[in-house]
Amino acid sequence: MSFNLETAAHPEKLRRVAIDPVSRVEGHGKVTLLLDEQNKVHQVRLHIVEFRGFERFIQGRPYWEVPVMVQRLCGICPVSHHLAAAKALDRVLGVKHLTPTAEKMRRLMHYGQMLQSHALHFFHLSSPDLLFGFDSDVAKRNIVGVAEKYPETAKKGVLLRKFGQEVIRCTAGKRVHGTGAIPGGVNKSLSRAERDALLADIYRIVAWSREAVHLARELHTSNPALYNSFGIFRSNMLSIVGHNGDLDFYHGSLRARDDNGGIIFDGVDYQGYNTILEEEVKPWSYMKFPYIKSLGKEQGWYKVGPLARVQNCDRIPTPLAEAERREFIDYAGGTPMHAPLAYHWTRMIEVLHAAEVIKDLLHDDDILGNDLMTEGARQQEGVGVIEAPRGTLIHHYQVDENDLVTLCNLIVSTTHNNQAMNEAVRHVARRYLHGKEITEGLLNHIEVAIRAFDPCLSCATHALGKMPLEVELLDAEGRCLDRLAKHGDGRFYPGLGQGA
Amino acid sequence: MSDTFILDGREIPFAPGQTILQAAMAAGVYIPRLCYHPEFKPHGSCKLCTVKVNGRHTASCTYKAAPGLEVESNTEELNAERRTLVQMLFVEGNHFCPSCEKSGDCQLQATAYELGMMSPHFDHFFPDRPVDASHPDLLLDFNRCILCSLCVRASRDVDKKNVFALAGRGIGSHLIVNAASGRLADTNVALEDKAVQVCPVGVILRKRRGFAVPIGQRTYDKAPISGQARTTWQEEG
Repeated sequence: MSFNLETAAHPEKLRRVAIDPVSRVEGHGKVTLLLDEQNKVHQVRLHIVEFRGFERFIQGRPYWEVPVMVQRLCGICPVSHHLAAAKALDRVLGVKHLTPTAEKMRRLMHYGQMLQSHALHFFHLSSPDLLFGFDSDVAKRNIVGVAEKYPETAKKGVLLRKFGQEVIRCTAGKRVHGTGAIPGGVNKSLSRAERDALLADIYRIVAWSREAVHLARELHTSNPALYNSFGIFRSNMLSIVGHNGDLDFYHGSLRARDDNGGIIFDGVDYQGYNTILEEEVKPWSYMKFPYIKSLGKEQGWYKVGPLARVQNCDRIPTPLAEAERREFIDYAGGTPMHAPLAYHWTRMIEVLHAAEVIKDLLHDDDILGNDLMTEGARQQEGVGVIEAPRGTLIHHYQVDENDLVTLCNLIVSTTHNNQAMNEAVRHVARRYLHGKEITEGLLNHIEVAIRAFDPCLSCATHALGKMPLEVELLDAEGRCLDRLAKHGDGRFYPGLGQGA
Repeated sequence: MSDTFILDGREIPFAPGQTILQAAMAAGVYIPRLCYHPEFKPHGSCKLCTVKVNGRHTASCTYKAAPGLEVESNTEELNAERRTLVQMLFVEGNHFCPSCEKSGDCQLQATAYELGMMSPHFDHFFPDRPVDASHPDLLLDFNRCILCSLCVRASRDVDKKNVFALAGRGIGSHLIVNAASGRLADTNVALEDKAVQVCPVGVILRKRRGFAVPIGQRTYDKAPISGQARTTWQEEG
């Protein structure tokens, strides 16, 4: 935790390894490893070299356009941005409490998203690594391979995601990039036909979600030597928690724990997020590095997402998921679990919780109501925070008297996990990089470590095994010592420019 | 017993004084158009309603129907030309349908779908056109203006206020607000004005109303613009 990622006392003596995955959708990520003269990893940098500019071009736009516009940040969990923006703009309208119908419709949308996004990540993106092994045949290490060898597992994964998408469609009008939430409320409630169609499937979805938790648990507990230590580092953890410390993805107050589970702060109103969190800019990445102000840059970084949430809360307010949480906490032995691969287990516990909450909401007649909007006294500023699938998501806007946005600040989940991912990669690299030679195994292991956090670039780094990936080992003068590239067909070549 | 002309092989009746477009709409035949509105004098500027009359191109919104005319409209050639016109409208302004509150209710978008426009084809101009949010209840987003002049005509002919005008010439043509400051807040425009109701795209907007109609219930979610021609026309007319 005290390791300084940035400084190299004698950088001229270091060699540089660049791992450069080419992105399709979510931008472009790249890893460089700096090696010392003994060929040991000295530094790791995960560079996010995409630049989106949303915070700038939202300025000057009318505020009611924002929830629809900003969701275009992402195609996997756009609902998170949609809802975080709507929550922030609720506050601009002076609305602190939505109508029951509006709040429940938004929750339904959000938990549907949590279900589909987590299912996508676990079954489509990560299960090939976990079921077949990190170094298994790349031609089989994809969702198609899973479907061949474990057809029932793959099918349930696909249908879990489909159900989540259907919940989003019924609440937002479209499976991707809908318009359900508007500042002050929502634009629709469920029809009886929509509710009945979702109810017809939900019990099967809850059962399958439970099986998914057991699959993730089984994978973890059957290979503790790997799962408990792969890429492990200790860190603080941040999330919002709901009423009475319940796990809550939609609303709550900020809580942070240290690496031993002790409370750093709790019950913090997120309208004041910028009094407790600070962002550091580093010259080699467009992604900022947030940290807890009171602890400083060196000690204040943290992880977010399922592993943080499930351990940050006091309980999960649905019985099946709560039983699974208890089992996870017992397995960890009463101290926080920090192993990155435990993200998968906790992610599936959250899938089960999401399914249970959806079931409860579908039985609540408020979701059929007609009272959709609330008004309040207009304010100039608002902050909206939500627990997105990948972790805490913060949207902050200022709006002028003409209703135009004058300031926009977004701290997205993957940004919170920036330092944490760097740490995980560093630990993996230290363990699996030997000498000056870059091996296929090293690439695979680094990918698995990054993927555990489900960063938004994971879809780009795991597009059905077709990710082009290039690693270069350079000395300080830029001389290439070694090069290895993986092409879309999964074969390896000495450099992307050859053998294509 | 009225006279008739032939439109795409079909006999269309017309009343004296009707244009080809008016007669076609009355007969339930869709001819694409953006600057035409039944309550205003035809403008003939968008050219989308261009048809071939006895082999020659002409705007059907201004060409008077006459007995025995042979008119072509729904042909591959004419629709390809219309598609190009729509593509040019899209690249000339800043039309970002994904975040536009008029999406689903926009005639430009609906016409582009109708004509099978799959891409803008041309390079975008990306003009810099700041919005006018000065009015407490109305927003002007000039980024989406297609210069149909419907607001100009409505404000001049119906509201008698002359709030809007087109200024400049050729590629420099642009919508302006008739106030010394150039700001909508400094005009006598009112929410109930006809000029506020007629914008076919997303320029003149009621504030704080965006996205209130859910997807699935917007105008063109229910039927494409060609499927609405008859009822819309008959209701309006």
